[in-house]
Amino acid sequence: MLRYTVKRFLSMLLTLFLATTATFFLMHAIPGEPFEISRETPESVKEAMYAKYGLDKPLFEQYLIYMKNLLHGDFGSSMKFKGQTVVGEVVKGMPPSAIIGFFGVLIGCLIGSVLGVLAALKNKGAVDYIVIVLAIIGVSVPSFVFASLIQRVFAVDLRWFPVQGWKTLACWVLPIAAASFNNIAHYARMLRTSMLDTMGQDYIATAKSKGLSQSEVVVHHMFRNSFLPLVTSLGPMCAGVLTGNFVLEKIFNIPGIGQAMILAIQNLDYTMIMGLNIIFSSIAIICYFITDIVYGLVDPRIRITK
Amino acid sequence: MTETNMNEAVLAEQEVLLTDDLFTKDDTAYADADKMTRPSLTYWSDAWRRFKENKLAMVSSVILLIIIAMAIVQPMVSRYEYDEQDLFATNQGPSMEHLFGTDQLGRDIFTRCWSGARVSLLIGVVVAVLNGTVGILYGGIAGYFGGVADNLMMRLCELIGAIPSMLWMILLVLIMKPGVLPIIVAIGATGWIGMARLFRGQVLTLRETEFVMASRTMGAGSIWIIVKHLLPNAMSPIIISMANAIPGAIFSESFLSYIGLGLPLPLASWGTLASDGANQLLIFPYQLLFPALLICITMLCFNLMGDGLRDALDPRMRK
Repeated sequence: MLRYTVKRFLSMLLTLFLATTATFFLMHAIPGEPFEISRETPESVKEAMYAKYGLDKPLFEQYLIYMKNLLHGDFGSSMKFKGQTVVGEVVKGMPPSAIIGFFGVLIGCLIGSVLGVLAALKNKGAVDYIVIVLAIIGVSVPSFVFASLIQRVFAVDLRWFPVQGWKTLACWVLPIAAASFNNIAHYARMLRTSMLDTMGQDYIATAKSKGLSQSEVVVHHMFRNSFLPLVTSLGPMCAGVLTGNFVLEKIFNIPGIGQAMILAIQNLDYTMIMGLNIIFSSIAIICYFITDIVYGLVDPRIRITK
Repeated sequence: MTETNMNEAVLAEQEVLLTDDLFTKDDTAYADADKMTRPSLTYWSDAWRRFKENKLAMVSSVILLIIIAMAIVQPMVSRYEYDEQDLFATNQGPSMEHLFGTDQLGRDIFTRCWSGARVSLLIGVVVAVLNGTVGILYGGIAGYFGGVADNLMMRLCELIGAIPSMLWMILLVLIMKPGVLPIIVAIGATGWIGMARLFRGQVLTLRETEFVMASRTMGAGSIWIIVKHLLPNAMSPIIISMANAIPGAIFSESFLSYIGLGLPLPLASWGTLASDGANQLLIFPYQLLFPALLICITMLCFNLMGDGLRDALDPRMRK
């Protein structure tokens, strides 16, 4: 296990390094001026601005400086808004994004698992059809359509919750509901399939022929094995939690990191986009690493094959 | 007397009893023995037969055909152009004049929806074909030749896959400036990885089968084996995941539009229409309703058709 962990850790470091390098050079491949420079801007001002951001140096030297800054925890600062840094924006935006993401995954996971298990146990029953329909709707309705719909119905027409914002607890309800919806559909479908798969295994037949009751078979023999795929999908989910939900944050006007990214894109704030991009992909890479380790712990087969 | 001698005596006695003239040849039964009572089915006609039985998938395919036909025909015969503004008729609700109403510049949303359908469907189909082709080539080479090449190529896949595809799309569209082609490239940039992994896995298992070994002993070259044996056998999972890639690409396009990296104005796609509509949601909900409805119906049909294809092409995977 230690060998496996060390191997995965080293490969994670390599991936982190390559991902940052790729992002840096891709961002510098964007054509055009980084500043809004009109024809009247004197040459000296232009030069001063380039010098201030270190853009007058050769590209490779810029890269070395940038990497050094990254190691010191400096992910750069905004070119458009004075005093706005990437780290500052992330620290500011993380709480709302994490709250929506965390509860979205938690509620989705709980309700989805229960629905999926019930659907598999009563195959072709009422719950089964609900799960099938829910799963298809979940993949057919874009999240912004669903979010807009509940916003319209519950906030504008019924006035049960605030339309937008993040000031009161009531603001949390709609975004979390919207975030859970997709997760419920996703987990319900996944658990239904994996439970049905497990049911067909020989060890279930053995357990039944030993004379165990239905509930004992389900609890002791099926759950453990059916919940394995859930572990793999938690990695991307956690990455999603921390990098925020772009669409939901925009619809409900939540000051999260997804919103910060959209603003940076709309303002073409290149240093912000680059810094946020690197932070987002680092979070994702670290989450994948943790998932792999956890998966190696729960399922020893993984360690041997890799 | 020994036992064998006794048997021989019995046999001799029987031979006398059962003479040839006791038997007549039944020609009618003999002539039909080889006859096929049902036409023989190839894999594809068998799959088509199974697909036809799936009513949901058939209805979805018909609806998709209607949507495609509308996307081709409607912009040609429409009274309005997709970018034609009428500032005296802005934000009108649905009426006989404008079936889906007009937007804030007085453009006919019905016409925009169908010319948007052209763009969105084009993006979906091109991305799916692109993913399939690149994935088959890449995965095929890695899986078939194996060894160091396989190791390196799969490492590269892992590396590209380590950064969330959403971030790749944002970066690539920023570099290339929004347009139809950049969006296709950006969405396709990460989409082929899944396909490559899938095809590589197929190749790895098929490569070891007896019929490939038989072909190789008869002197078949790599290209013959890949084209004649590996491709046809690995085709069904590829087709299924290509059918799923189309709605995925349409989804990604609408996501890009929504965060402000969609097509440049006045071009329309379902993504830009829905995102424009979402901005007007609180005042004029119908502007989001129609594009969103179209997206949902198309997604639903593609998903149901994809499920039908899966059941038809690969009956073992039926759930």
